[in-house]
Amino acid sequence: MNSSFWILLTACLVAVTCGLVGTFLVLRRMVLMGDAISHAVLPGLVGGFLLSGSRDPLVMLLGAGAVGVLTAWLTEWVHRSGRVDTGASMGVVFTFLFALGVILVSAFAGQIDLDPDCVLYGEIAYVAYDTVLWGERDLGPRAVWLLGGALLFNLFLIVAFYKQLKICAFDPELAESLGIRTATYHYLLMIATAITTVAAFESVGAILVVAMLVVPPATALLLTQRLSGVLILASLIGCLSAGLGYSLASAADCSIAGAMAVAAGVLFLLTFLFSPRHGLVTRAWFRQRSLLAEE
Amino acid sequence: MAGNSGKTIRFPREAKPERGAGAPAPIEVADLTVTYHRKPVLRDINLLIKEGGLTAVIGPNGAGKSTLLKAIMGIIPLASGEVRVFGEPIDRSRGLVGYVPQRGSVDWDFPTNALDVVLMGRYGKLGLFQRPRARDRETALACLEKVGMAPYAGRQISQLSGGQQQRVFLARALAQEAEVYLMDEPLAGVDAATERAVIEILKDLQARGKTVVCVHHDLQTVTSYFDQVVLLNLRLVASGPTESAFTPSNLRATYGGGLTLLSDVLETLERSGS
Repeated sequence: MNSSFWILLTACLVAVTCGLVGTFLVLRRMVLMGDAISHAVLPGLVGGFLLSGSRDPLVMLLGAGAVGVLTAWLTEWVHRSGRVDTGASMGVVFTFLFALGVILVSAFAGQIDLDPDCVLYGEIAYVAYDTVLWGERDLGPRAVWLLGGALLFNLFLIVAFYKQLKICAFDPELAESLGIRTATYHYLLMIATAITTVAAFESVGAILVVAMLVVPPATALLLTQRLSGVLILASLIGCLSAGLGYSLASAADCSIAGAMAVAAGVLFLLTFLFSPRHGLVTRAWFRQRSLLAEE
Repeated sequence: MAGNSGKTIRFPREAKPERGAGAPAPIEVADLTVTYHRKPVLRDINLLIKEGGLTAVIGPNGAGKSTLLKAIMGIIPLASGEVRVFGEPIDRSRGLVGYVPQRGSVDWDFPTNALDVVLMGRYGKLGLFQRPRARDRETALACLEKVGMAPYAGRQISQLSGGQQQRVFLARALAQEAEVYLMDEPLAGVDAATERAVIEILKDLQARGKTVVCVHHDLQTVTSYFDQVVLLNLRLVASGPTESAFTPSNLRATYGGGLTLLSDVLETLERSGS
């Protein structure tokens, strides 16, 4: 199979995986938590790599989940016991963990096949050449397997606990009063975020991960008023951004991940201006027309 | 009477003498203290809410009224003391209590419609993986009908007026089909029509033997809407039937007597000779 196919498939898997979990982050006003976790998982990956001596996808996802929980818990702990503002405590925790990871990567550079540049920008162009081998058989790109696993995890989480995730996002007090433990679902969401970012960032980089977590859900929220609709639209808009970005990158011969993030931003801007209900231009146009009709 | 029907409610291990031989009270709060950053926000509260009462919880801003409801619901940690609902700890009696948070506590731009919000009241009755059933939808629609919001079932919640949003919250509590309802300011910032509709529903709940406790801010309407009153200012100032507890001296002890609004109420109370 050709390389374009694998690049597009990888990007679409990133888009859908991120869109699902990102929708809940946006609704819970925790977008920065996605940013924080996507950086904070680095020492977890290095640790997992040093301990197991391999880049086994399962070890990576487990390490990521653990560091995701740790980041969320540390942020909450610094915030609570130190009376530090949540944003500040998140900033302290994730920059510290990320920097720790950078030190680890550079200190063990000889032994670790992790490149700090790659962590931030990713190298989706070469996704097709890093494949999983089963004996003699080539089972396809590693990234596709990792992302497929993350996507299944997110899908399971959302299908199984849809009502809990929904009520915890909309009205956590009512959820608690009904005996639904909001902390449990908070940490499940953090684990999903960590797994998503780890699965995605090796191939597409942290910047596109953060863009895909936030921008398509924010765009979808301007277009639909049902939670299920937001989840589906965010996934589709993410895939559309990936496709448009890839065409742009091929035409202009530029960074593929960068072009995809730009495409997502442009789609958001267009929606922001022209969305039927909330669009700036649309509303101005309707106002103009009703004024004219009055005259 | 109808209060406990169909539910298994055990008697408390140590029945208190003043309650007599009857069933345990819907809400019993003993020596409750709640702290926030080590500062007490509720102190040594002892309170008994009678079955079938329509109770107003009043007190100045920051008196701990919402905190009292949240402590009873078990959604904030207690520094000390105990809360019992029908003689049981709250975790074993959640299905009997309906809760209406303050309207301002949620994001009304959330992508959902009125019917979906009311359906959330049914979530406590569903299993871990279970989705709302057709029966839950029917109940939710019937509850919307009761608050006069059935025509808005499919309406996105940000498109509703403040009063309509409050009615949706009330319908959601009704959908919980509880025995006790705790409501945080259900009459705050609503229009006159909604106020009448809400009061009608509260009276209807009372007529069906349910117990209702509302945080209330409007002292002018306490006597006409509520038959029981709890006066709170960090500590419990007084509680009991409105005619005996809603007195000028208790109000002064609760509010400090500085409010002009308070003097109006005191005047009316004194004129009516209570």
